[in-house]
Amino acid sequence: MPEQLTAPLVVSFPFTRSLGPVQSAFLTGLRERVVLGVRAHDGRVLVPPAEYDPTTAEEIHELVEVGTTGTVTTWAWNPAPRPNQPLATPFAWVLVRLDGADTALLHALDAPGPEAVRTGARVRVRWAEQRTGAITDIACFEPHDGPETGHATPHHGTFTDPVTSLTAPARLDYTYTPGRAQTRHLGNLARHLLTGERCPSCRKVHVPPRGACPTCGVAATEQVVVGPRGTVTTFCVVNIKARNLAIDVPYVYAHIALDGADLALHGRIAGIPYDQVRMGLRVEPVWRDGDRHPDHYRPTGEPDADYDTYKRLL
Amino acid sequence: MTPRPRDVAVVAFAQSDHRRATPGLSETELLLPVLREVLDRAGLAPGEADFTCSGSSDYLAGRPFSFTLTLDGVGAWPPIAESHVEMDGAWALYEAWVKILTGEADTALVYAHGKSSAGDVRDVLTRQLDPCYLAPLWPDSVSLAALQAQALIDAGETDEDDLAAIAARNRAAATHNPHAQLRGAVPHGDYVVRPLRTGDCPPVSDGAAAVVLAAGERARRMCRRPAWIRGIDHRIEPHDPGRRDLTDSPSTRLAAERAGAFDAPVDTAELHAPFTAQEVILRKALRLTGDVRVNPSGGALAAHPLMAAGLVRIGEAAARIHRGESHRALAHATSGPCLQQNLVAVLEAELEGEPE
Repeated sequence: MPEQLTAPLVVSFPFTRSLGPVQSAFLTGLRERVVLGVRAHDGRVLVPPAEYDPTTAEEIHELVEVGTTGTVTTWAWNPAPRPNQPLATPFAWVLVRLDGADTALLHALDAPGPEAVRTGARVRVRWAEQRTGAITDIACFEPHDGPETGHATPHHGTFTDPVTSLTAPARLDYTYTPGRAQTRHLGNLARHLLTGERCPSCRKVHVPPRGACPTCGVAATEQVVVGPRGTVTTFCVVNIKARNLAIDVPYVYAHIALDGADLALHGRIAGIPYDQVRMGLRVEPVWRDGDRHPDHYRPTGEPDADYDTYKRLL
Repeated sequence: MTPRPRDVAVVAFAQSDHRRATPGLSETELLLPVLREVLDRAGLAPGEADFTCSGSSDYLAGRPFSFTLTLDGVGAWPPIAESHVEMDGAWALYEAWVKILTGEADTALVYAHGKSSAGDVRDVLTRQLDPCYLAPLWPDSVSLAALQAQALIDAGETDEDDLAAIAARNRAAATHNPHAQLRGAVPHGDYVVRPLRTGDCPPVSDGAAAVVLAAGERARRMCRRPAWIRGIDHRIEPHDPGRRDLTDSPSTRLAAERAGAFDAPVDTAELHAPFTAQEVILRKALRLTGDVRVNPSGGALAAHPLMAAGLVRIGEAAARIHRGESHRALAHATSGPCLQQNLVAVLEAELEGEPE
């Protein structure tokens, strides 16, 4: 059994989101060191604010300014901060009910240790030096020695140059594992051997194999050597150059039914002018030095295959 | 008077062994033996179920439309009636149940899988949070559960010793579950995020599960003792944890009420409580008393294949009815941070007015 293949897989996406009027006012306010909430129909002040009433689902827009000091409603000591979290040194996650608010805001509390944190503790906002109109404009909270003072006061919510969208970059790192069948197939390809799997039920040979017969839904474990020669069943001419791909256009990308296979795979056709590629053309794989898989397929020089021999694979 | 709805039962359940990692298997390869087992139990051939519905998440796999590859394992030719939820398989089961209730299907295959090992689950789960206020802070799943646990401790409803006992009881029960990942005594360990220690947290698991549902006579022919679904309901709370009372689960309570959980006592409950403190909250919301067997499988603290762990709860509860070990069982599934969304299913061994 060959070693299981794995490959790093990075998913990185900068989601851009447009903000509603309440979110926009809140995040712009943070940039200006002002914390805004919104009053719900039942009179409660929501911080962070919502665009819609949590009970009636109606739009709400009565903005109020609340304090930058507040009270911890629950906490959790995080001894090993993870990348991207608000502080790089151990900190407490806290839900903070800001003075004048009725709901709590999640953030980090910079404290010397868990002994210094408790529910009911008083805290205040520590502003980030660079503020852009994001929740991270609050760098964190810090301990604060003072009574609950604030109350919600009406706020117009208008600022010059308001923030209207949010770009939230995110990157997640994965390890991709193709599994038993594909690992074996790719290992064989590196040894210039094309293999498929035969379905125990319908007896069809699937190339490339994926461990199961996709029509019968049963495990396929019998390995079968196919090709290396095959027949072009259908093809297209690619006229637009792909980024980071050192292949000149136009080129031909084809479905190729390898001899002995019951499913056509795809590959690039070279070694023949693009406008002379045709259905039925007989081809064979070409490995370049050190390649783990065929670089392309080229004509074998055999007579074209008869249409009836490959029409069921179209 | 509304007509009596169709009677629908869980007639078969199968699951993989749940393990920290399955580097040698694709998702399809992880699922194949589970699908084979559940279909064999129900006496169905691949592709024969009237409806197929699955639950999984692209964020776990790191690839878009990852669920389409697992269709290789179900015999999708000629084309089958199929659906997928980007949720735990318990919600796929809900969809399949509704489909059968409409009369459009008599049988359904429901499956779910998750390879948590592909990424770092604590980071991955931050991406389900509010993108404006929460996700930029990357609050991981353990941290959010720890905030909930501390709130519960502050409310005087539990303490760290209680939580350790919950962990120990679940994993002791798992000694009888060959599929579980953590079985027997497991060190309670250091704080991951205080007040939660490693023992309070679920293992990171790869795994899969599958269930077959059938209506009326079909169910009776497929299974000697079908687990009849008396009701299922699911409810969701606001996404902002600061707007919720984290010490309670009104969504679970309401779902239970709507599913008929309080109409008669249950003898067994399979709860999807990945973190110890969440079991305290669920027991309260579901009014489970000391004589109810809670998590005889070991629950999510013994194995936690994301996207399948909720379906496993329904499957485990049904399997106990199949084996004659339960008469009326409750199964619960959760989704989102701090028990945000909850599903409750009530299963029974016999129908009203019918001798067992």
